[in-house]
Amino acid sequence: MGVGSFFTSKLDEAIGWARKYSIFQYPFVTACCGMEYMAAACSHYDVDRFGAGLPRFSPRQADVLFVVGTISHKMAPVLKRIYDQMTEPKWVVAFGVCTCTGGFYDNYATVQGIDTIIPVDVYIPGCPPRPESVLDGLMKLQDKIAAQTQRF
Amino acid sequence: MGGTEILQRLKSRFGPAILDTHERLGDATALVERGSLVEMLRLCRDEPALGFDVLMDLTAVDYLKYPGREDGPRFEVVYHLYSLPHNHRVRLKVRVDEDDAVVPTAVALWPIANWLEREVWDMFGVRFAGHPDLRRLLMYEEFVGHALRKDYPINRRQPLIGPAH
Repeated sequence: MGVGSFFTSKLDEAIGWARKYSIFQYPFVTACCGMEYMAAACSHYDVDRFGAGLPRFSPRQADVLFVVGTISHKMAPVLKRIYDQMTEPKWVVAFGVCTCTGGFYDNYATVQGIDTIIPVDVYIPGCPPRPESVLDGLMKLQDKIAAQTQRF
Repeated sequence: MGGTEILQRLKSRFGPAILDTHERLGDATALVERGSLVEMLRLCRDEPALGFDVLMDLTAVDYLKYPGREDGPRFEVVYHLYSLPHNHRVRLKVRVDEDDAVVPTAVALWPIANWLEREVWDMFGVRFAGHPDLRRLLMYEEFVGHALRKDYPINRRQPLIGPAH
């Protein structure tokens, strides 16, 4: 291992450390999980501790797409477009069992998991997930961000 | 006005156009003929003693393979009326067959009927003659069929994007 690769791996770590503490999320809230998301995001559980306290309401300013709530087939192209509008690097969190698998909505209207449309980094199951699982999911996302090869 | 009186008043006015009535636990219901439906709805709304100023709900029922209804008309369109001044309710039902699933529109009487009728068209495929804009309300235009019909396969998927799991 030369001096060059040592330097890039350390730079990778530094960027990963910076990125994992500056998560600008785009909350794509469609259903009841939204209430749980708000509870987890507000001061009582406080996602600002993880540097994720400033949701952006434009996908162009966001790093992490939080898909919160049931996605119907009618909504699917909208979600795909929002994902496409986000700039790299970007990550996706499936919040709640409906986004993970469709949940108990096994019917004509509901997408059976958003990973059939867009790639997903972290799944947070639950109907709705407890704030503890949300924070756990957020920390897993941080680990993933910190450990990956950084492109910039 | 009680349910019995409401039904009595409708019967005295329309006679044979009311095919059947029943009333149990306060749910006064009249099964009416399609031809006099709009006239009857208008009377319900405009006659001061009835005063049904709210169309609470307009929906349909698919009686396909329903025990005891195998040979009857397939669909029943149901109107739930409520009167704010009198605090009383009535239901009117119209039976239509699958080959001729058309009911006259009630948009001229209650503007809310516009979206309710669009929903019934979307979910059951019952048309409303004279409706100004009979498009699907809930499903997308590309959707084929009507999702709440009893013969719509329970596992049939029509995604706009992504696999048809």
